[in-house]
Amino acid sequence: MKKLTAPLSREDALSLRAGEHILLSGTVYTARDAAHLRMLSLIAEGKPLPVDLEGQVIYYAGPTPTPEGRPVGSIGPTTSVRMDSTTPTLLEKGLRGMIGKGERGQAVIDAMKQHGAVYFAAIGGAAALMASCVTDLQVICWDDLGPESVKRLTLHELPLIVAIDAQGNDAFAMGQAEYLTTAE
Amino acid sequence: MREISAALITETVARLCVEANRNLPEDVCAALHQAASSEPFVPARDILDILVRNEGIARRENMPICQDTGMAIVFADVGQEVHIVGDFEAAVHEGVRRGYVDGLLRKSVVADPLRRVNTGDNTPAIIHTRLVPGDKVTLTVAPKGFGSENMSRLAMLTPAAGVEGVKAFVLETVRLAGANPCPPMVLGVGIGGDFEQVAEMAKRALMVPLNESNPDPSYADLEQELLAAVNQTGIGPQGLGGKTTCLGLHILQKPTHIAGLPVAVNVSCHVTRHATEVL
Ligand code: SF4
Repeated sequence: MKKLTAPLSREDALSLRAGEHILLSGTVYTARDAAHLRMLSLIAEGKPLPVDLEGQVIYYAGPTPTPEGRPVGSIGPTTSVRMDSTTPTLLEKGLRGMIGKGERGQAVIDAMKQHGAVYFAAIGGAAALMASCVTDLQVICWDDLGPESVKRLTLHELPLIVAIDAQGNDAFAMGQAEYLTTAE
Repeated sequence: MREISAALITETVARLCVEANRNLPEDVCAALHQAASSEPFVPARDILDILVRNEGIARRENMPICQDTGMAIVFADVGQEVHIVGDFEAAVHEGVRRGYVDGLLRKSVVADPLRRVNTGDNTPAIIHTRLVPGDKVTLTVAPKGFGSENMSRLAMLTPAAGVEGVKAFVLETVRLAGANPCPPMVLGVGIGGDFEQVAEMAKRALMVPLNESNPDPSYADLEQELLAAVNQTGIGPQGLGGKTTCLGLHILQKPTHIAGLPVAVNVSCHVTRHATEVL
């Protein structure tokens, strides 16, 4: 299985193919609905973002509170499509990858192709298992948002599936079609 | 008249919130294991294996199965021979607060749908109370994540639409949901009643044990037929293709008006949680 370390280069992103299973290590940032809206207002006001997005990967996740003696609580992806309206703007700012669950809209796929970015699916609901792949968590900003604050995660071999690659190929459509052909 | 203190209600609700979030009900576990061993599509089987492992880790390590520990939906069947000493609803909310704060569950509730400030303790709960004969109180906590809740739908069909209309609506709901509700899904279908009753029936249908079927044979057949149809869509685990799109589907039906055929589908996921205690 291919192993990658975030932040990702444009070459990293371009080398991935939809349907491929990978293990991601390195540093990623969590952001969900509320943090996306705040980032968009900062951009609209011409102010700097809390994190320079160049090459970064955003994980659409809000973990459970961290228990004592562990780096993180249960953590899994939330539904990505809710971030669709704000994603193209972040891709323009250099965002290289996203981790979430579920399909994306055409505007996001087009922007991914244009900027050379990749969208990974994490296994939705496998949050207790995925907690063991996070070795460190630091809240970066917007603590008032609780589970929706922006956090920096250090990952060790988080299992992911390339859901939509930088060429716009879609593992959901491909996987479903492949299963249906084999099932006939 | 039997007396039950509000404090006991609070304690019980708090415990049930934590238990439901850590231990998947046995029937759902069994269905997941069964799906993992019978899924013919290899990539899908790999995903189901991860879900089976995840459920085990949560149970053994006292971790929430899923990070979306949901809104707390509380079903209370209160015996009419019981006198609750204290404020019942306040006791339930306090139980949810303690369960979510002390149990390190995620706080996912905002105080106002438009202003959207987190309440910080996952209150309030959504409470469905029924008055029933007897001197017991049955409490069920069913935490519901919104990845799946957002995919739920309701339609006021015409009587002429009939059973074919119901089937089409259920399948359309599943297709629109696609990968979003973390398939494999569990589906609760309500048919009949009125606008709000059909929605509640669909939610209650999620708690029918997966190995049971509707006591009315024609509805039991309809459950089987719909489940088979959903599992032929190819959506599969996580929407990445496969046979296992749905672990179980139940229908609850009720009398309705001559002019209507309400139908509601409550979409749930492989983390369909609920825990019950009888006081
Ligand atoms: S849909 Fe279910 S499994 Fe998926 S994130 Fe929500 S609660 Fe968890």
